[in-house]
Amino acid sequence: MSGRVGDFRILGPFRSGSMAELFEAEAPSGEHCLVKRPKLGFGSHPACYAGFETEQMVLGRLAGPHVPRCLGQGEETADGRGPWLAIERIEGQSFEAIAAAAPLPAAEVARLGVLLADALHALHRQNVVHQDLTPAHILLTVQGRVVLIDFGLACHGDLPDLAATEGGAATLGSPAIIAPEQVLGVRGDPRSDLFAAGAILYRLATGRYPFGSVASRWGLHRRRWFDPPPPRLENPEIPEWLQEIILHCLAVRPERRYASAAQLAYDLAHPDQVVVGERGRRLRRGGLRLAVKRWWSERQLDLAEPARPVRQLERAPHLLVAVDTDDQNGALAEAMRHTLRRLIAHDPHWRITCVGVLEPSIMTEQDEGASIGHSLHTAKLAILHQWAHPLALPRERLRFHVLTGGEAAAQLVDYARAAHADHIVMGARGSSVMRRYLGSVSARVVAEAPCSVTVVRVPQAQDG
Amino acid sequence: MKLAILSDIHANLEALTACLAHARRHGADAWAFTGDLVGYGADPHACLGIVRDLAAQGAIVLRGNHDDAALGGLWPDMNPVSREAAVWTRSRLGEAERDFLAALPYVVARKDLLFVHASAAQPENWEYIVGPAAAARCLAATEAKIVFGGHVHHPRLYFSARGDVSAFVPRPGIAVPLSAGRRWLALAGSVGQPRDGNPAASYLLFDGVSRRLTFYRVAYDWLTAAAKIRAAGLPNTLAQRLEHGL
Repeated sequence: MSGRVGDFRILGPFRSGSMAELFEAEAPSGEHCLVKRPKLGFGSHPACYAGFETEQMVLGRLAGPHVPRCLGQGEETADGRGPWLAIERIEGQSFEAIAAAAPLPAAEVARLGVLLADALHALHRQNVVHQDLTPAHILLTVQGRVVLIDFGLACHGDLPDLAATEGGAATLGSPAIIAPEQVLGVRGDPRSDLFAAGAILYRLATGRYPFGSVASRWGLHRRRWFDPPPPRLENPEIPEWLQEIILHCLAVRPERRYASAAQLAYDLAHPDQVVVGERGRRLRRGGLRLAVKRWWSERQLDLAEPARPVRQLERAPHLLVAVDTDDQNGALAEAMRHTLRRLIAHDPHWRITCVGVLEPSIMTEQDEGASIGHSLHTAKLAILHQWAHPLALPRERLRFHVLTGGEAAAQLVDYARAAHADHIVMGARGSSVMRRYLGSVSARVVAEAPCSVTVVRVPQAQDG
Repeated sequence: MKLAILSDIHANLEALTACLAHARRHGADAWAFTGDLVGYGADPHACLGIVRDLAAQGAIVLRGNHDDAALGGLWPDMNPVSREAAVWTRSRLGEAERDFLAALPYVVARKDLLFVHASAAQPENWEYIVGPAAAARCLAATEAKIVFGGHVHHPRLYFSARGDVSAFVPRPGIAVPLSAGRRWLALAGSVGQPRDGNPAASYLLFDGVSRRLTFYRVAYDWLTAAAKIRAAGLPNTLAQRLEHGL
């Protein structure tokens, strides 16, 4: 094909898949891009068009650095060949190419996993579930950013689910990777993408997929009842924390997985904070007894209409609490803990990260060696644990982090952004030793934070 | 072209003027009124005045079952409240209003769009499209790519899918692209008497160039509209419906 579609000049073929053809093209701005057209006509699969129009619809509504920009689209062209879509051309390496070198070192798996989970969270926040996440649909750009492509099976919580209406295996997704509930036709749950992410991390860490790559009916359905072999069985060099994370993603029931991609990203970025349980240590797969139990519980399962993707994220908020480590038991600390209890009361999948600040002035005064800095850091961590102790919350829901160096407000805001925080809780300083570090920062955090901020104040006794 | 589709106004002047103002703010430059201009509400005269002015400027206006009833076309199983409202409405119409209503068509086609009050399948039978089967009957009766209608007072979007029809409950304010590879049936909900638990008026805005359709809900002064119904001596249940959107 040559010539033009809309305002785009076709330069030549780029790639031809089973569902669509891609062409290199030039946008009116001169930018090189891709033009996608579905394979239509006699003999083409009906899902070709559904996949294409789904992508047209979903990409048109997505924004941000983790998806290709939609540059233009149209239904008809002069050559009469039907609809087209012009998208940004992403230069990068696919995870498929990266996976060819698997097994990769744990640190590299975690690094790639954080980039992927960040991209997924950005997608889910826009009310979209990818539903067909495979290594071939994940690109790593030269700038080190993950871009997700191919939204032909995607589900948008606010738009008609056109892909779902096609049914059949062709619209199911990749058999090696898709989540158990997707096998049963449930769509619109962001945790399905987390299962797929777990399968991809499994492959990066071990070199194979958790359920093999055979597309047999049994291969597709056994994931509904059976655990995959523990990754450490495949590759003994995998640390327990990484196995814990991967198997957490691969839980059969969505509610047993991470509640959001943000939580997955956090754990991959902070391996030392992952609470390793039996799941992380095990070297045997669950037996027949467990499979029968799951088979039975699945029969009791009510496959209700899935909620909108953003609803799931709303139920899984990440709360950041900026702790004044000089005030553990005062009225303000108690008021802050009370606020936290209220904030998590109605959201079943919350997580709390307690953040402390190590003041730069103390660092410079006492920085006579790395060991002093280190001991201050661990002392702060201990205080953070102590601060959270009265909350009596499950350990696996809590994270602790010490920010060091630099200006407190800016650091807190940056950290909130990186950790995909949904809500920051901090105290309004009345008078305390820490005022010069935290007291002046709340106004700035309120102004610059990427999320809601609650500033807690202890009610003052009124005069007269 | 941005086409506003308003259905089932039911003589609710407050709701009508609020929707027209909202649509104009969002760039509407063409209008379609898909039936039931009158019946139930207290302002048939004023509402018909507005619609007639827009019709003179090219707006599409269709006949609904309550417009028929106001002309004397009462149907056998009509409930007493509807009947009372129809009789009251008839007493308020002058000759010009009656002539305008009597001349309204059941169906209007414009290019690949079709406008109808109830169903494209035998529109004069006033079938309620309450699910995919009725929607499929409606779509099967026409070649049009997109059908716009009302009558059921619940905003809905139906679309063809592999020889079948699927239903979608639209979210207000979110534009849905209506792709050319499918056929669509958009039910506008009701301007003047919403019944889905949300008292806000419902209407559609269709962008003819991008072929995007947006369902809107518009809050209006339903307390005044309800007070007028009571003051006119119409059944109190008609006022209560507006207050609760039921």
